[in-house]
Amino acid sequence: MGGLDFKADVPREREDADIVRFNTRISLLLFFVYVLFYGGFMALSAFWPEVIGSPVLGGVNLSIIYGFSLIVAAIVLALIYMKWSRKPGNGGTK
Amino acid sequence: MIHETSTLAVVVFLFFAGAVLFISFYLGAKAKSAQGYFAAGGHIPWFVNGIAFAGDYLSAASFLGICGMIAFFGYDGFLYSIGYLAGWIVALFIVAEPLKRLGRYTFADALDNKFNSRGIKLAAAISTLVVSCFYLIPQMVGAGALVQPLLGFPHFVGVLVVGSIVTLIVVTAGMVSTTWVQFIKGSLLVLLCLLITILLLARGFSTADKEGSRQMRRGVSMAEVTEAPGAQVLPNEGAWKDKPYVRVRDAAGTVRIWKKEADETLSETQTLTTLKDGTRLANGVPQGKGEGKGDLIPVGYVSKLPGGKTETGPVGPLEFFTVVQDSEVILWGNEKIVDADGVTTVVYFQKPSAGKDVLAPGSSPTFSKVRSEKWSDKLDFLSLMLALFLGTASLPHILIRYYTVKDQVSARKSTVVGIAAIGFFYILTLFLGLGAMTSGTLDITDSNMSAPLLAKSFNSFLFAVLSAVAFTTVLGTVSGLIMAASGAVAHDIMTNFLKIQMDDAKKVRSAKIAAMCVGIFAMVLGILFHKLNVNFLVGWAFNIAASSNLPALAMLLFWKKTTKQGITAAILVGMISSLSWILMSAQAYKDVYGLDPTTAIVPFSQPAIITIPLGFIVLVIVSLLTQKKAPAAAA
Repeated sequence: MGGLDFKADVPREREDADIVRFNTRISLLLFFVYVLFYGGFMALSAFWPEVIGSPVLGGVNLSIIYGFSLIVAAIVLALIYMKWSRKPGNGGTK
Repeated sequence: MIHETSTLAVVVFLFFAGAVLFISFYLGAKAKSAQGYFAAGGHIPWFVNGIAFAGDYLSAASFLGICGMIAFFGYDGFLYSIGYLAGWIVALFIVAEPLKRLGRYTFADALDNKFNSRGIKLAAAISTLVVSCFYLIPQMVGAGALVQPLLGFPHFVGVLVVGSIVTLIVVTAGMVSTTWVQFIKGSLLVLLCLLITILLLARGFSTADKEGSRQMRRGVSMAEVTEAPGAQVLPNEGAWKDKPYVRVRDAAGTVRIWKKEADETLSETQTLTTLKDGTRLANGVPQGKGEGKGDLIPVGYVSKLPGGKTETGPVGPLEFFTVVQDSEVILWGNEKIVDADGVTTVVYFQKPSAGKDVLAPGSSPTFSKVRSEKWSDKLDFLSLMLALFLGTASLPHILIRYYTVKDQVSARKSTVVGIAAIGFFYILTLFLGLGAMTSGTLDITDSNMSAPLLAKSFNSFLFAVLSAVAFTTVLGTVSGLIMAASGAVAHDIMTNFLKIQMDDAKKVRSAKIAAMCVGIFAMVLGILFHKLNVNFLVGWAFNIAASSNLPALAMLLFWKKTTKQGITAAILVGMISSLSWILMSAQAYKDVYGLDPTTAIVPFSQPAIITIPLGFIVLVIVSLLTQKKAPAAAA
């Protein structure tokens, strides 16, 4: 149910290059943190299935705990980014 | 299986569909101007937009496909949940804000902004079309799967109903109405799933037979099977030769099939036989309701609970998993046997499985190779996880939603709300899927129906509401995709590439015609692909999206030497290679063409791990070959 007019004008925001640089840097940093975490899950599942199937927390196995953690980590990293990143229009402060 | 229709379900369904159409038309009518479609920008609160993200993203595939896959195979379905959510990290951290800075949110426009190249426009438009169509197929299949038990129509009628309603919506609605509809649906879907999860935990697990269902027999001796007067064992000839089945014909002529287990005992199977004239037999008798007819029996049982108990009573969220982990559950496998006379029999057999295996990756046919020792076998799994991770940010209809908030800060906030809502929903899918696996309501012929049937095991009102919400979710996603595809045709191809001069009215008309064509095309494909798990199909759409769009997007944003030729080449190579790979995979051989999957040309089904790097390599090589010469002054 999107619109038919993909050329509708979108007002551009005024941006400070410093803010953009700062935000890009932390977003890339957080992205790589998540890539490592996600990559760890893929590697464990593919190459150490006996580890991923072993019970860890309250008898629940690692695949469940790690899987839930990946979902929670995405939410937490998104929140960190929201708090940490600088916003335009107020002098680049948080 | 033939599902009974309930009047209540139909009434609730019609109410929901009517309400959605009303909101679409009412708000759509208020935004008549050409720009009105996007006038939503700046007026939608970020929280509403965030939940609408969830409404957009939690499509038929997320809901029906994931729950079905978990119910049939265990943890493997949850891998999709993890991948789908992880994809949002790429969208948030890598793609969204730079794209917003470029001022555009369609893939083609973002690329266009920098290069203004006709080649890019065409390539981007074609890739948008291909990805949209591939993503449309599972939505259509899901719609058909929902309508079947709800309204009692055959699958193809469901597809046609959705296709027609959506085409109606597409020509009237705008982004404002969409956002509010998606907000309502997103909230309802998450809340309903939470309610079902709470009910599931309160119910706990039990090995007892459920209403209208029973545990299938196992450990039966040959003597017991043949003791009835007139029972006769049929010889295993022709297609049945060397198969582990015992076919027993009773005095009335009904043939039941038992599976020989390793310990020489027999276990009960279910069969669906299609005779040459198209008549269907379920477990040996004509399929249907009434005298002398029968149907497959709903399944899904815990066969052994920890400590030899027969029921657990209410369980806590973590205890829910430890119980499954320490139990034995009955999963189902199937084998298709075609006799020389053209009679086809699908034998569904029991696979008692240890809970600890069900709750670890590798129990589904798709991912079973992850437990193999060969490195090459593990690539299918890694490839899919890569496609899911990188595919979300490349989906045409997801990024459009960033238009609807006023600035980057709101965009960021609504993404966080979206991620939270979607993440919470995906956690619930594991409860729902495992609940469906053990609730005695599974239809072994259709994994996509697992979640609605689980709701039905509580009460039919819940089933009706859940189906109606799922169905309206399908409507929303389908119309968004059709809109994206028609925009690609009318705006990117006709106006920008072919340079056809059109006034506003003509442009809108051509977009509507394109929308209808895409809609019809999607309906046809939805009918053809109806046997595949919708989630699997979405996995393919993510593969194509990530392979064709991501290298171009990422390099445009982060590599200064990228040229327009490089981008065009990367899009085309990524798209063609991933699409061809999928069409030549074992899964396509088996489920689409009906050929022997072992003869498939490519070694695994998910191409992303090969085709995404290929896109990057092509982009770098072509860009380096087509660098503009440095200005003479520099010399």
